[in-house]
Amino acid sequence: MAEKKLLLQMQGIKKSFVGVEVLHGVDLDLYAGEVHAIVGENGAGKSTLMKTLAGVHPPTEGKILIEGKEVQFAHPAQAQAAGVGIVYQEFNLLPDRNVAENVFVGREPLKRGLVDRRKMERDTAALLEEVGETGFTPRTPVRWLSVAQQQVVEIIKARSLNARILVLDEPTAALAEHEVELLFRLVRRLQELGVGILYISHRLREVFQLSDRITVIKDGGVVKTLKTSECDQRTLVSLMVGRDLDAYFPERGRPEDLGDVRLETRNLNTALLRDVSIKVRAGEIVGLAGLQGSGRTELARAIFGADPIDSGEVLIDGKPVKFRHPRQAVKAGIGFITEDRKAEGLALAQSIADNMMLAVRTVMPARKRRAAGVMSNKELAEVTELKARGPEQEVRFLSGGNQQKVVLSKWLKTKPQILIFDEPTRGIDVGAKAGIHDLIRKLARDGVAVLMISSELPELIGMADRILVMHEGKLAGELPAGASEPEIMELATGAHEEVAA
Amino acid sequence: MTVVDPPEQSAGARAAARRERIAGWRVGVLASPAAPVYGALIGVFVLAWVIVTIDGGNFLTVSNIVNMLQRSVALGIVSAGQTVVILLGSLDLSVAQLISLSSLLAASTMDGSMANFLPAVLVVLALGVGVGLVNGLVITKLQVNAFIATLGTALIIQGIIQYRWTGPQGGIPNQFSNDLGYTRFGIIPMSIFLLAAVVVVVWFLLTKTRFGYKVYAVGGSEDVSKLSGVRTHRTIITAHVVCSLTAVITGLFLAARLRAGTPTVGTDGGYDLESIAAVVLGGTALMGGRGGVIGTIGGVFLLAVLDNTFNQLEFNSFLRDVVRGLIIIAAVAVYARRQEKKA
Amino acid sequence: MSTESATSGFGVGTDSRGRRFLSSLLSTGTIFLLLIVLWVWIAIINPTFLEPGPFLAYLKRSAPLVILAAGAYFVLVSGNFDLSVGSLVTVMVVVAAKLIDGEPSNTWPVIALLVVIGAAVGFFNGFVSTILRVPSFITTLGMLLVLNGAVFLWTGGAPTGALAENFRSIGRGGIEGVPWIEQLPWSVLLMFAVGAASVWLMRSDFGRQLIATGDNERAARLSGVRVDRVRIWAFVLSGVLAAFAGVLLGGFGGISAQAGLGLEFDAITACVLGGVVLGGGRGSVVAAMGGALTLEALFTWMNLQGISGALEDTIQGVIIIAAVGFASYRLRGAR
Repeated sequence: MAEKKLLLQMQGIKKSFVGVEVLHGVDLDLYAGEVHAIVGENGAGKSTLMKTLAGVHPPTEGKILIEGKEVQFAHPAQAQAAGVGIVYQEFNLLPDRNVAENVFVGREPLKRGLVDRRKMERDTAALLEEVGETGFTPRTPVRWLSVAQQQVVEIIKARSLNARILVLDEPTAALAEHEVELLFRLVRRLQELGVGILYISHRLREVFQLSDRITVIKDGGVVKTLKTSECDQRTLVSLMVGRDLDAYFPERGRPEDLGDVRLETRNLNTALLRDVSIKVRAGEIVGLAGLQGSGRTELARAIFGADPIDSGEVLIDGKPVKFRHPRQAVKAGIGFITEDRKAEGLALAQSIADNMMLAVRTVMPARKRRAAGVMSNKELAEVTELKARGPEQEVRFLSGGNQQKVVLSKWLKTKPQILIFDEPTRGIDVGAKAGIHDLIRKLARDGVAVLMISSELPELIGMADRILVMHEGKLAGELPAGASEPEIMELATGAHEEVAA
Repeated sequence: MTVVDPPEQSAGARAAARRERIAGWRVGVLASPAAPVYGALIGVFVLAWVIVTIDGGNFLTVSNIVNMLQRSVALGIVSAGQTVVILLGSLDLSVAQLISLSSLLAASTMDGSMANFLPAVLVVLALGVGVGLVNGLVITKLQVNAFIATLGTALIIQGIIQYRWTGPQGGIPNQFSNDLGYTRFGIIPMSIFLLAAVVVVVWFLLTKTRFGYKVYAVGGSEDVSKLSGVRTHRTIITAHVVCSLTAVITGLFLAARLRAGTPTVGTDGGYDLESIAAVVLGGTALMGGRGGVIGTIGGVFLLAVLDNTFNQLEFNSFLRDVVRGLIIIAAVAVYARRQEKKA
Repeated sequence: MSTESATSGFGVGTDSRGRRFLSSLLSTGTIFLLLIVLWVWIAIINPTFLEPGPFLAYLKRSAPLVILAAGAYFVLVSGNFDLSVGSLVTVMVVVAAKLIDGEPSNTWPVIALLVVIGAAVGFFNGFVSTILRVPSFITTLGMLLVLNGAVFLWTGGAPTGALAENFRSIGRGGIEGVPWIEQLPWSVLLMFAVGAASVWLMRSDFGRQLIATGDNERAARLSGVRVDRVRIWAFVLSGVLAAFAGVLLGGFGGISAQAGLGLEFDAITACVLGGVVLGGGRGSVVAAMGGALTLEALFTWMNLQGISGALEDTIQGVIIIAAVGFASYRLRGAR
């Protein structure tokens, strides 16, 4: 093959946020026509790295060179102008406009001062042709397109800006099998056109099918860059994870401490889930692992009554229940600490007190609360080690850790028998993390059945008495306490389903 | 209009394009946001014809149809402008007062003489631009919610009107009044042409110019538009200017019809809330990003057919209001499901 | 940002209780500051204003709007609009006149009916805006048209009948013979009662759920709040309070087809002046009512300044824009 052009060089990239360094000197390069995969577990720093390239936030230190020339991007538009295109997981499309209108939004071609619709559609058709897309046309309303097709629109939008470097961030996270095949063909077409592609994914099967090189990122730094042909999945997984478990975790529960099965699902089917059956006992912490999109949050929401169930059962204390509204779940003694506290867990303009009281208020009137011995706000603040000026302070002024403690307090007030945690320590500093971990274990010891979803493998391994792993909506397997990170990742990435090459 | 097929296009792409051409009318027309209102318009029209005829009246006569069209002109012109603003995700509650002020200024500037016609038009257009700018700037630079901003403007204008005028303002020359208000070409009133002209201009702006594309983009998502380099503030201000201009033109027209400027012509006709109702009935989402002026005109015609029917059946005006209100709610309830944006 | 120190629980940080009180006072209390400034200003121009008689007359005048502002508050804070209150008030006045028809024994049953009508209209507004997912702007706009038409349909064109003396006395009269102030108007008592009840309501579970719904509907729902139900109740309250306001206005101002004209906008303005955010989740009902008092004080001030009745509207317009602009400026600064 003729000597390939070096499109991109990222040298010594460091990035800090509010004094905390998240990228510690990353080196990366990309050739024209190459697919360079970037792998690493959730939170390793992949997205942050790509955002420095895309001009969303400039690196604190380090250089970016495009075709040998150093560049500095202060705004995404500058990166676009330099030929860097990025397709995020959340699309930036206008659903009520058609494909051509979306591709050319803000820069519609003009003829004699008016929008040249024909040229716009012709150019869009050409772009679709270029990537071999035949399933829709420039005039199709974006709202009608499937997720996979919308992704194609995002890609040709980037191409229309003459992107020579294309970053795809978890492109197959929301795609079905056959759609993934179409994406692969599209990627190959782009390769033929000389576009360099940075492919972020932790779906290792795809990484091996598509990429020429793989860079493994862990904890904000590059572990290794290798040629795809020179490694296999096992090696890759062991490079991605496998750190020392030197963080302190509270002592795990003993088998004799476990009580009855509090929460059970049988063959649960929803839009994403396939025949999921789990059991959680009183006093137990069951960890739920899996990649983004594997169905963990969907399972929690289905149990909690926030999403409809297609078929299957949820049983509380052995009795089947049908929750049509979260309130019924709350009444039945379930608490759900959601993934995104700002969007789903807190009313940010309200006080700490009001947020703490929100759940218990919906199920128990004031008189009953006093009689039932519900914990006071003050007590909860102390138990969770919340640090705030006072109960009337608005929650939006608190740090992430303290906000999470408010959410926790809200659920503790309802004296739940079952608690579901979705990423309980996301975005929280180390000190607060330990506090929350201790609290969770204490709750379990007091008899609560805990289901803990987490993308942080050390946390899962340290805390859980059992680990369930999900993969593409199904339960991939179960591991005992103290399982190793590679074991978990193998189940989570579907490596166990991999047919030997 | 078909997409040009480059000769080298693959068989698959050609097939897709062919399929879309065949289904083109289905895709283009039936799926457009304006479709339901025209469907409803046809339905209501037929129903009205049947009912009125049974009642002994004349519905499907030329003069009656022309009558209905005539009655749509004022609301139609201002609703066209309101469409632009609502498409953007904003709205304009000041149009009623602006219509009144425009009619008063036109009358006082013309002062009975056709020689002052041009100055009067210029004054009135300047008023439109000025008020539109104020609305747009208050919304963008002062970051005031459109509801409050235009409500504030409405009150400001209201105060000015009440201060300066206590009753109708004469001064509309007969010739102007006759020309715009009462002339007919054969049976078609001149005013219909005015309405048609305004609608065409607004339609043109929305579908053929970059400004129009930006309106749809900002209405769909201000963030996505900003990221794509659209100057959102400029678009918002321009849209409000367009809306205010249609309001002042409406005022000019009404002055011609009434042969005088009046302090209450705008509020009497309920043009503020009625124009919003017409826009929403026409399929434009209140949140913006989808719809168009063609649908709005359908909404205006629908309301005109209803009015005419009620007149013919001699419904008293109060029953009219009741039915009208219920129809607006019902129509939107039916649309509300279609307008649900994908979360 | 919160200050972190070694201790945990509440009370962490260097702010004394006094400072905290002061800062919360400043945020919701701005409107009351403005109110007091206006009162002082008016008193300077016309010293009799602060005498019991004239001051109570001012409160009497303000009572209907204060009550409507409370109703508007409940709907606004949960994230909706109620544009039908003005027409609803007109309906109240006209229905009362026709049904009472001058006969005092009809007064109380009719008032009970008015409350039922208010609640029913509120329920309809709420149901259509939540379960049927029609934007509340459109629902209440349609209701405005329906009410305007319906009431005159029923009376055959113009208000008929008459109010009885005991009805009118609610809006006009009061407890006589009270030392120093002579008459304690019923309307003022009702205003305070509604105020107290509203404050109590907002402090209750229902009120906290209502404001949480306006702040973050998803979080509220995932905490167990029945979002549709609380929003419907807010509309019902708005309707019932419109009935109260109608009774006061009928007695105070007499029967008129314009009785409620524009009141919905005045009520929303009062709320916005008081710091309520259109969109929900922020603002206190006390401040909304303070906003109503401020608006009325503003009108009084303008009268005294000799600003002709006409320019009243203009000034109101400027003030609304200024108030909201200022509030949004502070909101952006605080982030």
